[in-house]
Amino acid sequence: MSTGTNRQPASPAIPAGPLTEKVSVRNLKFYYGNNLALKSIDLPLYDRIVTAFIGPSGCGKSTLLRVLNRMYDLYPGQHAEGEVLIDGRNVLGPDQDVNALRAKVGMVFQKPTPFPMSIYDNIAFGVRLYEKLGKSEMDERVESSLRRAALWNEVKDKLNASGQSLSGGQQQRLCIARTVAVKPEVILFDEPCSALDPISTSKVEELIDELRADYTIAIVTHNMQQAARVSQFTAFMYLGELVEFAETAKIFTAPSDKRTQDYITGRFG
Amino acid sequence: MPEHIVTSFDAELELLRSKIAEMGGVAEKMLDDSTRALVRRDSALARQVIEADSRLDNLQREVEENAVATIARRQPVAVDLRDIVSAIRVAGDVERIGDLAKNTSKRVLAISSEAHPAKIVVGVQHMSDLVQAQLKDVLDAYAERNEQKALDVWSRDDRIDALYNSVFRELLTYMMEDTRNITYCTHLLFLAKNIERIGDHTTNIAETIYYVTTGEAVAGERPKGDTTSFTTTGEI
Repeated sequence: MSTGTNRQPASPAIPAGPLTEKVSVRNLKFYYGNNLALKSIDLPLYDRIVTAFIGPSGCGKSTLLRVLNRMYDLYPGQHAEGEVLIDGRNVLGPDQDVNALRAKVGMVFQKPTPFPMSIYDNIAFGVRLYEKLGKSEMDERVESSLRRAALWNEVKDKLNASGQSLSGGQQQRLCIARTVAVKPEVILFDEPCSALDPISTSKVEELIDELRADYTIAIVTHNMQQAARVSQFTAFMYLGELVEFAETAKIFTAPSDKRTQDYITGRFG
Repeated sequence: MPEHIVTSFDAELELLRSKIAEMGGVAEKMLDDSTRALVRRDSALARQVIEADSRLDNLQREVEENAVATIARRQPVAVDLRDIVSAIRVAGDVERIGDLAKNTSKRVLAISSEAHPAKIVVGVQHMSDLVQAQLKDVLDAYAERNEQKALDVWSRDDRIDALYNSVFRELLTYMMEDTRNITYCTHLLFLAKNIERIGDHTTNIAETIYYVTTGEAVAGERPKGDTTSFTTTGEI
């Protein structure tokens, strides 16, 4: 694997100064039964940076995302080896409280998944699992989360309407608000825009860029241009391996690995 | 390089390449003809060069339009993006080369009735030979995407600069010897400068080729030898 640690052509999107490793993936292997889906991945996710994962279907990018908040624990026969350190602590260990981990590492999925309840409760539901808030505090949390997700102005007059009555793009932003409401530190996006129209996509991309000020963000996307637009670092994965990890500007102008180049220029297969 | 999954993308890139190749051919002929027009005092040939320039202008416009359309349609990245950006840059350089050859021919027309010793143009002719070789090599290097060949051209430009220095001094001498030479020699001086500038454009193209193939800028300063900006008659 080639890494882009020497930051020569510093892209303007990356803040000056040294980057802090919020999440460190170390020698990570992942198995679906006996099937090895991730082959010894080493990768940092930097604090307040958007890292994009690209690669053809089945390359392991969604699997990697699902390991970061131990989503795979829900399925029997799947297991991970190696380490995922968040702030230096291995979250794959048996002593890790999985619920606490998922509050810390939020996830937004490909299809908007609002709960069948009101917009207000969609946000409050998760918060109630982790915190005891009074009515006014909860109102405040709901509002700030919806504002954070750039949805407040569109829904403030109908907070009691069903979350499922919103448009697809609004539903996705509602899911982002729900994720933000439990005060995570890392947010994982698994193809968040693949079911959205271009305008909604732009809104979600703009939102991701704003959220970057406060969170560590990882995004899996099949849309190469989206990776180029929203991320500062990009990881290209292929057949369960991390082929190249470098600054996004570098990956999309002069990648060092031929496989990366063939994939992003549409010469694969 | 393997082909794109979308074959029409390859066709678009190929079209850009062929237009650049055509531009290169026109520019080479213009430079060659303008020099021959000078040596042979051939006004008709000089006029042909001047007329040929519009062909280059049109081709450059086509390259730009095609490149912009391809960018809009394909959103190219990595080597494809560099390839298309290079087509725009190289077309710009070749178009400028055409302008300089055209200006050279205009000066050939201006001095066609002036009497002058034939040996004065020998230095300019020699310069032009070197520049023509540079231009041919750099266009080949572009067609082959050969960065080593491009670097050779890039590092060879100082020979042209050196020759230009000696032409410059020689012409100053002629002018000091006989003031009736001044009109002729001044035109010749500009003409030599035009050719020297064509050499500079070949090094620009060489740098572009290096960028296309490697993704990086050429490291280091290009060897430069044009000292005429500081030359005075006292030194002659």
